[in-house]
Amino acid sequence: MTADLIALLTTTIALATPLLLAALGELIGERAGILNIGVEGLMLTGAFAGMLGSYATGSPTLGMLAACATALLLGVLFALWVVTLDVDQVVAGVAINLLAVGTTGVLYRAFFGNTGSALTVAAFAPLAIAPGVALLAPLRQPAPVYAALALVPLVWVFLFRTRLGLRLRAAGEAPHAAESVGVNVVAMRFGAVLAGALLAGAAGGYLSLAYSNTFVEGMSAGRGFIALAIVVFGRWQPLGVLAGSLLFGAASAAQFQLQAAGVAVPYHLLLMLPYVLTLVVLAIASRAARGPAALAQRRSLCATAD
Amino acid sequence: MLRALAAVVVAFAASALVLLVSGARPLPALAALVAGAVGDRFALTDTLLKTCPLLLTGLAVALAFRCGFWNIGAEGQLLMGALAATAVGRTTGAATFPLPLLAALGAATAAGALWATLAALLRVLRGVNEIVATIMLNFIAARLVGWAVHGPLMEAAGRYPQSDPVPTAALLPMVAGRVHLGVALAAALAAVIWALLFRTSVGFRWRVVGDNAQAARVAGFSPERAVLTAMLASGALAGLAGGIEVLGVTGRLFEQFSSGQGYTAIAVALLARLHPAGVTLAALFFGALAAGSGAMQRVAGVSAVFVAIVQAGTLLALLALEASRGRTIAAAEHP
Repeated sequence: MTADLIALLTTTIALATPLLLAALGELIGERAGILNIGVEGLMLTGAFAGMLGSYATGSPTLGMLAACATALLLGVLFALWVVTLDVDQVVAGVAINLLAVGTTGVLYRAFFGNTGSALTVAAFAPLAIAPGVALLAPLRQPAPVYAALALVPLVWVFLFRTRLGLRLRAAGEAPHAAESVGVNVVAMRFGAVLAGALLAGAAGGYLSLAYSNTFVEGMSAGRGFIALAIVVFGRWQPLGVLAGSLLFGAASAAQFQLQAAGVAVPYHLLLMLPYVLTLVVLAIASRAARGPAALAQRRSLCATAD
Repeated sequence: MLRALAAVVVAFAASALVLLVSGARPLPALAALVAGAVGDRFALTDTLLKTCPLLLTGLAVALAFRCGFWNIGAEGQLLMGALAATAVGRTTGAATFPLPLLAALGAATAAGALWATLAALLRVLRGVNEIVATIMLNFIAARLVGWAVHGPLMEAAGRYPQSDPVPTAALLPMVAGRVHLGVALAAALAAVIWALLFRTSVGFRWRVVGDNAQAARVAGFSPERAVLTAMLASGALAGLAGGIEVLGVTGRLFEQFSSGQGYTAIAVALLARLHPAGVTLAALFFGALAAGSGAMQRVAGVSAVFVAIVQAGTLLALLALEASRGRTIAAAEHP
């Protein structure tokens, strides 16, 4: 029983981490008024580039850097469209997702398609914290898990205790008013998108370099979209986002535990659990949640009287 | 129209870059793509067959977007339609034609409508963001299909995760070669949806709500009711697309039933500027692309997901062209 609980907790943290990274990134973007539904594609791109980086260099750290850098590049593309060109954010996000699915799919099959053997790369090892103490097993996680957890207070301090964070939030609440007092809304939004892309890339890198040691086509498996839901659930607060990520991590972990325990529920129905939970949680949390006032609005179309 | 063409050209040029990076020679690969789409009678038939589900789901997405509802869920609605058509077609197949066919098509339409209405209800009653809701419903539908073909609908032989064939009495008749009656039905529905949108008061309400929900409320229209009815119609179209695919092309249900037609539908609808006539042309274009990409995979060894890059390039080019003219492609445009 205790062993089960420890295993559940360990898996929960492992599964919550990519959601936490992606959702923190999405949170920064949404606070600046940019809804990025391309986070799924950024994550997939990060997973692919991370695997490629580690495959080429043998170093998971360099792989992680490759994941972040590649997602950042894709983020620049997204920002050029939604911030500089000021186009519809949902459509541009859909395009980013399609671009990621297509590019990773074509390149993966071109580079590794006919190898036949399972592709594995060097990955992050769990930290050896107090070996021998069984109860501390959930703490033995790879380094990116700790980095992700450390980001929660950092993002909070940045958003709510720095001038830059205040300006960023102003760009998401009242862009015209912010501009009239000298805030560079374009720069705030551009920077926020890039920060979000970087974190989504890290989330993807975590999938291929820490949670597993390989890449599978479509391996983001909707986690980017679940991250969008977590931001709503967390009411656009870093701590809320952490809570949401842990909740979804726990739901996914429970699904594996139930499977392992041989519960008589068909495997495919268990796989639905995280998605059903997302809908239930949103149905409960959405009414009370109020996002940034100018979220997903194009600058040129924002109400001028904000 | 010109801008749509320009967007497509830019998209192809950009996609050729990815081919270069992947190590394939772009020109032979693209030649295989074109030959596979329009090269001969077989290719043209393939194009028509691939166009059919894209036309129906494209109409579904266009209709929902017109009403201001971001239905990213045509994929799930299509899958639910395919699931329902298979289940009903298998159970009623012993009756005389055309009863089983009509029952199966009806079930597909109803299942799609129900799946779409779930997302509409979540937004109207609970304020749930429809983008996230419809995407989650896509994942749930895909898992339901997976469960069905491993469980209750699995073939009697029990070897592969697929259903047994649907009995002939439930299948769509062919009109020419491999082209089934569903293709004609889809073309007719494009005209019906045009009339519904631009010649009826229901369609007028949908468009007003999509343009400005506040103004609609002031004018005495209920945006909630408009969203619910629009999603009923939108889901019905996408569900029918799935049903027709089973009853006219595959004859059975299997895992990975959809190659992402419901997502392609978004590109179809937007390229068409949400107009049913444009949807027909855009669906033909993406249908040809889907047919050609299969040939390209066989001949040039380039993965068929290449199509997604062309779709993404088309959307991005289109957005940039619209932005340069200070317009928006998602907002309703009157004919």
